[in-house]
Amino acid sequence: MKETSPLNLYKQLPQTNCKKCGEETCMAYAAGLISRTRKVEECTPLVDEKKYAKKLETLRSIVAPELKMIYIGVGEKQVKVGGEDIMYRHQMTFFNKPPFAYDVADNMDEAKLVERVKKISTWRKFYIGKWQNVEMIAVRSVSDDPAKFAACVKTVMANSDFPLILCSFNPNVLKAGLEVAAKANPLIYAANKDNWKEVAQLAFDYKVPVTLSVPFDLDGLKSMAVTFAGMGLTDLILDPGTAPNGKLLQQTLLNFINLRRAAVEEAQRDIAYPVMVLPINAWLTTDDPVRAAYWESVLTAAFVIRGGAIMIKHSLEAHSMMPDMHLRFNIYTDPRTPVQVKPGIYKVGKPGPESPVFLTTNFALTYYTVESDIASNGIDAYIIAINTDGIGVQASVAGGQLSPTKILDSFNEAAFKWEDQKYPAMVLPGMAAKFSGELEDLFAGKTKIMVGPEDSGRIIGWMKDFWPPKK
Amino acid sequence: MAEKISLSDLNKTLAEMNVQSLEGLKIEGDVEIEIDVGAGGVGPLFAYYFGQEAAKIAMQLMNFAKAVGYPVENLLQPVAIAQAISPAPKDLAALAAAVPAFRVASTLASAKFAVGVDKTWRNTIQEVTLGATKANGGSRGHVVKLGGEKAMPFFPDAAMPHAPKITMDVFDMPIGMAKAVKVHYEDVINSPGEWAKKAVKKYGADMVTVHLISTDPLLKDTSAQEAVKTVEEVLQAVDVPICIGGSGNPTKDPIVLSKAAEAAQGERVLIASANLNMDWEKIGKACVDNGHVCLAWTQLEINSQKELNRKLMKVAGVPRESIVMDPTTAALAYGLDFAYSNMERIRLGALKGDEELTFPMSSGTTNAWGVRESWMVRSPNKDDSDWGDRMLRGPIWEILTGYSLAMAGVDIFMMMHPTAVAYVHEITQSLMGRIEAKTPDTAAWLKMGV
Repeated sequence: MKETSPLNLYKQLPQTNCKKCGEETCMAYAAGLISRTRKVEECTPLVDEKKYAKKLETLRSIVAPELKMIYIGVGEKQVKVGGEDIMYRHQMTFFNKPPFAYDVADNMDEAKLVERVKKISTWRKFYIGKWQNVEMIAVRSVSDDPAKFAACVKTVMANSDFPLILCSFNPNVLKAGLEVAAKANPLIYAANKDNWKEVAQLAFDYKVPVTLSVPFDLDGLKSMAVTFAGMGLTDLILDPGTAPNGKLLQQTLLNFINLRRAAVEEAQRDIAYPVMVLPINAWLTTDDPVRAAYWESVLTAAFVIRGGAIMIKHSLEAHSMMPDMHLRFNIYTDPRTPVQVKPGIYKVGKPGPESPVFLTTNFALTYYTVESDIASNGIDAYIIAINTDGIGVQASVAGGQLSPTKILDSFNEAAFKWEDQKYPAMVLPGMAAKFSGELEDLFAGKTKIMVGPEDSGRIIGWMKDFWPPKK
Repeated sequence: MAEKISLSDLNKTLAEMNVQSLEGLKIEGDVEIEIDVGAGGVGPLFAYYFGQEAAKIAMQLMNFAKAVGYPVENLLQPVAIAQAISPAPKDLAALAAAVPAFRVASTLASAKFAVGVDKTWRNTIQEVTLGATKANGGSRGHVVKLGGEKAMPFFPDAAMPHAPKITMDVFDMPIGMAKAVKVHYEDVINSPGEWAKKAVKKYGADMVTVHLISTDPLLKDTSAQEAVKTVEEVLQAVDVPICIGGSGNPTKDPIVLSKAAEAAQGERVLIASANLNMDWEKIGKACVDNGHVCLAWTQLEINSQKELNRKLMKVAGVPRESIVMDPTTAALAYGLDFAYSNMERIRLGALKGDEELTFPMSSGTTNAWGVRESWMVRSPNKDDSDWGDRMLRGPIWEILTGYSLAMAGVDIFMMMHPTAVAYVHEITQSLMGRIEAKTPDTAAWLKMGV
């Protein structure tokens, strides 16, 4: 959507202020459409009443994302790919984080295949109140044997409900895979200059999205995209080539930047499709698995930042999955939403009179980290989140947003009943230790001031040593 | 929407359309027929001319007709006749025409891809030279140049004149370090000179930063005079340009850094740093008086950065070619999103014409080691998947923190782990096209054996 003025969207609305969408006015709803927090379908009169048909059509074309959005998979695990409107995240936000598809191969023995599929499907890491997971599985045909590929796809589907990418340049192999998986709406990889006619027919016959692979030739890639669109096939993903090293690596990044620019800054709709990255190619450059995993992470980072919409990856080692997942999370965090929690008292588990009160700030990252460290270790406790305008402990101690008087005021505002506590004591973060003297004066001995660990990951150990407090 | 049609109605309709009556047929219950407007043949036109309800009856007729062996095609003739008498509206006709059978194209189209550059980028980032050789009144073996960009890093609009540089941290007293870092410095931890040598000779540092943290009143509270000795030791030990860092104490730093600036006069060091919460003027003036470059540090806030840069220039008199900015590095998984976008906005603002922001940027990438994921043995959250080997996890945390910010516009990185330094060098130079390597067949992953 290039439109930035709600007024121009308002013109396409019923302008009745009927409130059916939940907004007070059509103008407010139009503003929601601009920020992409509301959907066209939520204006039910526009959709239901025939007299608005023209407006509906116009509105839909205005709000369509600059970069086409493709759906892969079905049901809850379905992923959205592409659908972006901007070049730089602060301009609004990036919407659809690139799904990571980890590979399996059709020449793996069954036990190993199942083990890998399970590892991919169950991997998880808690971060800022959410679980991070893998989204997809890419099935590679190493055997080039349609029957083996079909069997492999069947096994993968029996062990995971993740959306799939069926990977082969052999149309017979792809067809065998589609016979098994078509209903689950997989992405096929890929049509290239040799097989595109057969693959186009498959994409039509099975109604699945298709990848167009034309490495390091944007003219050729665009030609193929135009050809496919001309056949009515517009659920396309582009593979402009991912070179893992050398000068072609520079060219790879330039291609990604240029494709993104063409799509979102120049509205070139005939090339505005999501782009695939192949960080897995790092494994073609070295036999050293640590080096390969590191380089795969580096490639991932480059294209998470500069326009990769879907990625095929290989390393399931924690030392590459964790940084890649966090980087993607950070880059795709909506900069428009404040990362704060509401200041006040929170209960973790079932705290009672014998439970400690941990103190932290209302920076969401800090709060959720502390909360998860307490909850996952089965500790019952109170947490007070002090309003530091969403700044973390260390920075707010240095910057004055966290201070002894602020802490006193926060407990008063929350009306926390110290008299109900058997051990009236607050546990300061280790990084705020220097406040303890002043706090003891402020609380006049009614509350014990304890200093906790510098990292909340060590609360479990701290509890063993210091809780309940000795007189 | 189900329409109820009695058999007699049907018979009547059939009779009207000159179809034999269907005697003896019984229909019970509702008959529902969906008309797929997008389907080939009987599509939009059919629905249009007969109206929705009539069309339904007609569809039923077709089914009946089929059942009794009547040639169905004849039933569709009314469409052709009606169209001849009264042509359908344009959009409807187009809709009908747009539903051809799928046919694979016979050849690929021939399209050319072209895209422009960003015409809003008008400014060049100020070029800043660090270090001074004998010819320029110093004793460094070479100088380091930052800045000079005309576009976002690694973009096609304009080549970057200088590769991003790395200055490795040296501390003037032993400090707590993550295990993965500590193993590389245990032998030099008590000697800033030896530490600096190791960073340059063994780990390929472009520069070193000597952090005078022992001057912190809460640590050793060493004097400015002692700090000066450490600076001299490092200047003797290595001949790369250096950066001098304080302890972060806002009262002591102006005193310590001013003395250090005097001692290093002529060497064009990077003085780290001045910020708004301290006597920035004193530090700025010490840079001007002794020919150094001032690092302007603010905390993740673009307007504060503008304010500090402005004050350093207008009040302290620091020339444009002697300012580098540190807009704060919040590390991967610890606020990187803020640091990234803050820096990207600063660089874009500079390119678009904001003269208060056209300076090279520095990143305290070592902050990555403050993130628990980089150094903890295992996850405090029992439900997390295994965190693997921290000795491998840590360096990549520093690599991605630095490298991400390279893409936002950072020109110089303060770093610690040798592996991280090597990777950030390699990837940034790769993206500038400076590393030759034979690129493998990029389709080979499909069949690779790992």
